[in-house]
Amino acid sequence: MSGGGKPRVIALAGNPNVGKSTLFNALTGLHQHTGNWPGKTVSLAEGMFSCQGQSVRIVDLPGTYSLEGKSEDEKIAAAYIGSGSADAIVAVCDGSCLERTLILALQILQRTGRVIVCVNLMDEAESRGIRVDGKRLSHLLGVPVVLVSAARKRGLDTLRKLLANPPEPGTPAFFYEDPLKAAEELAKQCVSSVRVNENWRRVLDRVLVSRRYGIPILLALLLFIVWLTVWGANYPSQLLETLFSRGYVRLKRWSAAWPDWLSGALVEGMYATSARVIAVMLPPMAIFFPLFTILEDVGYLPRMAFLLDRPMCCCGGCGKQALTLCMGLGCNAVGVTGCRIIDSPRERLLAILTNAMVPCNGRFPTLILLGSLFFPRAGAALIVAGSVALGVLGVMATSGILSRTVLRHETSAFFMEMPPFRRPRIGQILARSLLDRTMFIAGRALTVAAPAGVALWILANTRLAQKLAALLDPVGLSLGMNGVILFAFLCSLPANELLIPVILMTISGGGSLAGTAGLSGKALLDAGWTQQMAICTMVFTLFHWPCTTTLMTIYRETGSAKKTAAAFFLPTAVGFGLCGLLHLIFREFGG
Amino acid sequence: MVLSLDRVCFGRWGYVVQIGTSEALAARLRDFGLIPGTKVCRRYCSPGKDVTAIELRGSVLALRTRDLRRILVRVA
Repeated sequence: MSGGGKPRVIALAGNPNVGKSTLFNALTGLHQHTGNWPGKTVSLAEGMFSCQGQSVRIVDLPGTYSLEGKSEDEKIAAAYIGSGSADAIVAVCDGSCLERTLILALQILQRTGRVIVCVNLMDEAESRGIRVDGKRLSHLLGVPVVLVSAARKRGLDTLRKLLANPPEPGTPAFFYEDPLKAAEELAKQCVSSVRVNENWRRVLDRVLVSRRYGIPILLALLLFIVWLTVWGANYPSQLLETLFSRGYVRLKRWSAAWPDWLSGALVEGMYATSARVIAVMLPPMAIFFPLFTILEDVGYLPRMAFLLDRPMCCCGGCGKQALTLCMGLGCNAVGVTGCRIIDSPRERLLAILTNAMVPCNGRFPTLILLGSLFFPRAGAALIVAGSVALGVLGVMATSGILSRTVLRHETSAFFMEMPPFRRPRIGQILARSLLDRTMFIAGRALTVAAPAGVALWILANTRLAQKLAALLDPVGLSLGMNGVILFAFLCSLPANELLIPVILMTISGGGSLAGTAGLSGKALLDAGWTQQMAICTMVFTLFHWPCTTTLMTIYRETGSAKKTAAAFFLPTAVGFGLCGLLHLIFREFGG
Repeated sequence: MVLSLDRVCFGRWGYVVQIGTSEALAARLRDFGLIPGTKVCRRYCSPGKDVTAIELRGSVLALRTRDLRRILVRVA
């Protein structure tokens, strides 16, 4: 086959967490999210590149420990390799634990001859004093062996050339029946290691999971991240707000000649709402996601599941659920997707149903605004930390109840690889988490906020919003809130960030208030909000229906409308219950 | 001396003699490369001692301690 023509199809196969996704990204230039914990890639990602005039299509198979396993991922990978639809399979191994990762490579070799063994993470192996004799391995196996370090872009050119023109398999100089035994033997012959001082890894591991310091460090770390997010987001948020309000004034002047309804809907509705949403949500995300990605990259997340397995077990979950809750702090949709790492279907469903009870970034601003307005002495970080704690408590309580009633199940086995700590690649982390995750979520929120802004402006100006709010008033009041707030919660179904803008716009009758810089809480005080109302609203912010993005994700993940409905009603019921109870308590004992 | 893996001292290596866990877990352990004859070492356990990390073939794997009770190991 000479140049051009049909692209070659190459599949990447390997154990979880051997850097397959990083390799895939390095080869194709695509940005697939990677992290230092097993189980990131679940569906098949595809990408293209060309080398020496030959185009190559790369398929990234889900990470599997073996081809004989029974999990969904393993079946997918085994079926793909068995189907012969790839021109060659790249068996990706981890240089720092070649023996174990070779097992899969050998299993693949037993099924198909056209294999290229790619020993990745060589930089890490070298730093741990491990040398791999690629030539000898290649001679023994009879297939090409490339040593690469995808993260440092080493050895990629050699690999690209091989992928463009995969050579015919040679004759192996090594015969075997049992891949496990063979891997041991091959490792003995091709891997040499010198003793390197690895104490920092050992010490780090020992301290981070130790009985005395493990949990305190974990809590301190989470608190620090939340604090940094909240505190750090303050300044850029204010800056954005000033910028946007200047833009608002200018737009207003510029559109002065337009008919009132047009400039109103576009400037006061669309522009002001989107500006508010961006100013409020972008900075915290731009801080939270990189920080969380650092934890991910370093390899702390599996340790977190390790530490929190016991408390989560008490309420019918498992340590991995704690991990998905932390992801939910960033975005509940991400947290729900993350539930894929949980093996047991029951435990997974439990984690999916309860995830929306931890406040996501989109709800932080509401909590902070209300908290600092009505409890001026508590710091913003304290308010958020308290809300997160309350949310987690809610998750644990509902999980506990569900796992003892409707979702009763045997506690499943815990099985998680603990990758070695890696030095974080800060540059890449910033680029990936800022550009990919943050911008993606911000973009999505914006596509929701812009049309919602117009719709809201119309609703508020035709006084329809106020009428609806009045209709909801009895229900709202019985929950310790009022109709406007409940209406706002309903309207912010597409995105939680909309809550405050909706409230303000409804109160002000669609006036310009929502657009001016001083969003402030003054308007709320003027509207007669009380401390008790604020408390109920904050509780309801934690416990109410998940946003549409999360619901759609839940539907995609569970494939069941019934379970999605359960995910909608479960936190809502908790919210109604708690707020109703609070209202009663306030009425009995409060002033 | 044959011990269950949860009773081996931290940092001490031994060879697996028998895996008596549930069939499902045994299959996953096999996939990971843990079979009779594999050299393993107990590394560290969680604060509540309910999860334990073991090292084998250059990687570290975390399992519930009660599952380790069913894995027998020969130590020198």
